[in-house]
Amino acid sequence: MSCALGIDCGSTTVKGVLFDGERVVKQEIVFTRARPKERMAEIYSRLYTPAVCCTVTTGYGRALLPQADKTVTEITCHARGASFLHPHIGCVIDIGGQDCKAISLDSLGFVSDFAMNDKCAAGTGRFVEMMCRILDCPPDEIERLVSGASPVEITSMCTVFAESEIISLLADGCERGDIALGVIRSICRRTAYFAQKLHPEGQVFFSGGLAGHEVFRRELEGFLQLPVCVHELSQYAGAIGAALIGWEKLHRKG
Amino acid sequence: MKLIDTLPEVFESFNEQRKNSFITALQMKEQGIPFVGVFCTYLPQEIPMAMGAAVVGLCSMSGETIPDAEKDLPRNLCPLIKSSYGFAKTDKCPFFYFSDLIVGETTCDGKKKMYEYLAEFKPVYVMELPNSQSSDALELWKKEVIRFKEKLEQHFGTVITEEQVRQAVRLKNAERAALRDFYSLMKLNPAPMLGQDLYKVLYGSTFKFDKEALIKEMQELTAKVRAEYDPQNSPLKGRPRVLVTGSPIGGVTEKVIRALEDNGAQVVVFENCSGAKSIDEDVDADAADIYDALARRYLNIGCSCMTPNPNRIRLMNRLIDEYQVDAVVEVILQACHTYNVESLGIRRFVTGEKKLPYISVETDYSTSDTGQLNTRMAAFVEMI
Repeated sequence: MSCALGIDCGSTTVKGVLFDGERVVKQEIVFTRARPKERMAEIYSRLYTPAVCCTVTTGYGRALLPQADKTVTEITCHARGASFLHPHIGCVIDIGGQDCKAISLDSLGFVSDFAMNDKCAAGTGRFVEMMCRILDCPPDEIERLVSGASPVEITSMCTVFAESEIISLLADGCERGDIALGVIRSICRRTAYFAQKLHPEGQVFFSGGLAGHEVFRRELEGFLQLPVCVHELSQYAGAIGAALIGWEKLHRKG
Repeated sequence: MKLIDTLPEVFESFNEQRKNSFITALQMKEQGIPFVGVFCTYLPQEIPMAMGAAVVGLCSMSGETIPDAEKDLPRNLCPLIKSSYGFAKTDKCPFFYFSDLIVGETTCDGKKKMYEYLAEFKPVYVMELPNSQSSDALELWKKEVIRFKEKLEQHFGTVITEEQVRQAVRLKNAERAALRDFYSLMKLNPAPMLGQDLYKVLYGSTFKFDKEALIKEMQELTAKVRAEYDPQNSPLKGRPRVLVTGSPIGGVTEKVIRALEDNGAQVVVFENCSGAKSIDEDVDADAADIYDALARRYLNIGCSCMTPNPNRIRLMNRLIDEYQVDAVVEVILQACHTYNVESLGIRRFVTGEKKLPYISVETDYSTSDTGQLNTRMAAFVEMI
């Protein structure tokens, strides 16, 4: 039985999946920590089996794996991966570690348009990391921290200025949860406005690491005024897309 | 001297033309030939050509002098304007140095205000270009063309006759025809060369002062490319064909075009200032009133500083069909408001009327966004 291997080398994490033509049979994730080449090699060796007939890489470090048969951009891969996890979606929003993408899809699941914010850290995972650090809250406790909170208004979109704004709010005696929810809202509002440039319709798929937090999905849905869905493999959407493209490449060749 | 005979060498020699023509320019100066430095395609080059002057483009394409310019100008200004000013201020561009007179036009807001300060370093003359193409605008522009002629006569102590202007028009038309014949080779499918090579030739040609020689050289190059064209074995077969439009792109050409062509696309036509926009239309050399013909032709240019700007759409519409274009990429210089705002209309035209994929990218002369640009262009090519 043959398999396709897809690896998505992002700025924060490297994700890899094995796809057997029908489903994802195995997935792995590691933190990039400034060593994209080594982490990709690590994911590759963890997932590689003799059954792997095609390896496709994506993400900003996509050119760093010598064993790759093909490299494809994260735009195409996220779109493919998302429509595999959730057929019939009209748009994908991916909040990555260092950029944010909105992709609109045609009825066949192909990219019809996209927009990227890659000029600054505002509205990306980096903004959330900063918030977690200043508020002394591990990422997996965000949900608990914001439950029942009433958000404060965060006006700075620049990561650097927002950091000092959060510190001032703490000094004013604001609750950590209220500040956290305020920050999350500001990210989601910004992302939604940015995605609306593409005039999204139908269901929106939320991919990337933040999709695992219900509060982001809920806030995004509120600002977009469209149903937003996630999948337990949301974070792997790019890698899944890469594997699917690899599988098709294999299949076409016979 | 090594004989240049392969096409890649010819393309590279055009790429080096700006540098190579410094010596020629110096020799011409020593012979007493006046130099007129220009920024924009709206300038009727036939007028200075009529008095035997060399016309050189000063539109600055590198980020080298931007830090110096930013000491005087705002940071969030178009890089082309900052670079132009910076080159004049630092005297780093020999062509600025050689220019006896610099001529600008009231095109975009940034440029026309920059010229006020440029005049502190060099004699600057600004033509008042109307921002629309109405009959009143034409009347004003015709007066400006004549006033420009008079300015040159007074500045250089010479007389420009109508016959000299007509001769210059004929020569310029012949130059445009030779350049057009060359870039029209890209109508072939597969294209006979990469867009980056086409651009090198178009850009380099503006630094060839001997127009007769340039025309001959272009004709020979066109014949050579045609002779070597081998569609069956072309490595460029099957590439999606891209039209590039937007701001003047000199300084960012390389990174955007390279990002497109490295990822499997093929630029077949440039609608920008250095491409079809400035070369497409001729001047009627036999018109009863030659100044009227010049004014009409130049006012017709479809730049986003015009409102409305139907000629840009008209030209793009024709180029998209003639060059069998599969997708349109718009390159906008940072803080170039007119092109940036107009991009919505261009997107609507391309995706709505022509049913083609469109993307716009905003960039500057730095290399800091090369990675992001590459991803964006690669994703766009994957989408086509």
